[in-house]
Amino acid sequence: MPTLDQMRAVVAQVPDPEIPAVSLVDLGIVRDVALEGETVVVTVTPTYTGCPATAVIALDIETELLRQGADKVRIDTRMSPAWTTDWITDQGREKLRAYGIAPPTVAAANCAGMLSAQSPDCPLCGSADTALIAGRGSTPCKAQFRCNSCLEPFDYFKAI
Amino acid sequence: MSPFATFCLRMGDNALILGQRTGEWCGHAPVLEEDIAFANMGLDLIGQTQLWYGMVSDELGKSPDDLAFFRGEREFLNTLLVEQPNTDFAHALMRQYLFDAWHLPMLDGLTGSTNADVAALAEKSVKEVRYHIDRSRDLIVRLGDGSPESHDRMQAALDWLWPFTADLLARDAADDTLVAEGMIPAAAPVQQAFDWETAETFARATLTAPDGPRRTGGRTGNHSEHMGYLLAVMQSVPRAHPGAHW
Repeated sequence: MPTLDQMRAVVAQVPDPEIPAVSLVDLGIVRDVALEGETVVVTVTPTYTGCPATAVIALDIETELLRQGADKVRIDTRMSPAWTTDWITDQGREKLRAYGIAPPTVAAANCAGMLSAQSPDCPLCGSADTALIAGRGSTPCKAQFRCNSCLEPFDYFKAI
Repeated sequence: MSPFATFCLRMGDNALILGQRTGEWCGHAPVLEEDIAFANMGLDLIGQTQLWYGMVSDELGKSPDDLAFFRGEREFLNTLLVEQPNTDFAHALMRQYLFDAWHLPMLDGLTGSTNADVAALAEKSVKEVRYHIDRSRDLIVRLGDGSPESHDRMQAALDWLWPFTADLLARDAADDTLVAEGMIPAAAPVQQAFDWETAETFARATLTAPDGPRRTGGRTGNHSEHMGYLLAVMQSVPRAHPGAHW
């Protein structure tokens, strides 16, 4: 049976199913990893209520832990406090940018659901001259922007 | 059924039925961005439905899936507004905006609920719904104060849908019990926020809310003729293959 630290290291490697460039720990979805007797208990906080990845996330964590030698795994869901993009780590933000997704530009408390208050720099060329195309993108958590300098469209991870 | 279960079903049914209507645009909306927007908002709403149904699963002895797929028309407690059909894209946008204008202050009030589970659900959902109204308000203003045709179609949608907002704002004895327990917000602040939001937005959009009769009934299971057809589509697969898994 691996140690708790080893189990934490395993969980830290599990990628997000929708954005595999970042891990679930980078995104702040994994809130805790603990041992209860022989059971590894992983606490997760789901992102959007309807995110189709939520079920896959639990399955991916369980599968990876069992593969790496855990005997029993339990995934607990914690609703409160609600997930926020403020929990995305600095490392996670850099990985998102390198993957072509602009990370949130403001703290969740300061956005009030208004995209007009969040103007991301282009993750491809770094230009600040960008424009909103649509408030929703390939997943509920993203919006679509366009760079007026390099003319490429890009995804923006909305502050929430 | 307890007042609490009645309330949770009403919230969940509103979200589910609007999520279904919203999902009907998938592949059919006039522009790709709005197609994606409606599909994504439908996902948020159906996610919220699961949370509301999950709250009352034990009391009602039914899983969230059973509540969605194996209840009849008269057992659904959603408002008349959300079941109105997708006749014109203007109707879909107006229906969404009117719902958001009520949903946001309702959820805002619920974040202060004495029931910790309700407060947590509301805290999560309100963040999503702020993005919903940001989009729908923007489109109401742009199309209302747009070309003569877009204005006329938005005004026609408002004329048709406005009477159903009475059903959103209606309250009954079950609600009064929950207000007294601090479980849900009182009617007045929700109504006031709705009135301010819509008055300001319609002024900017050069639209006028009509006078005339108001329609209620959905919250007590008395639906418009559109509801049965919606359920027939939504429930046909689980009813044809009950208990199926994949």
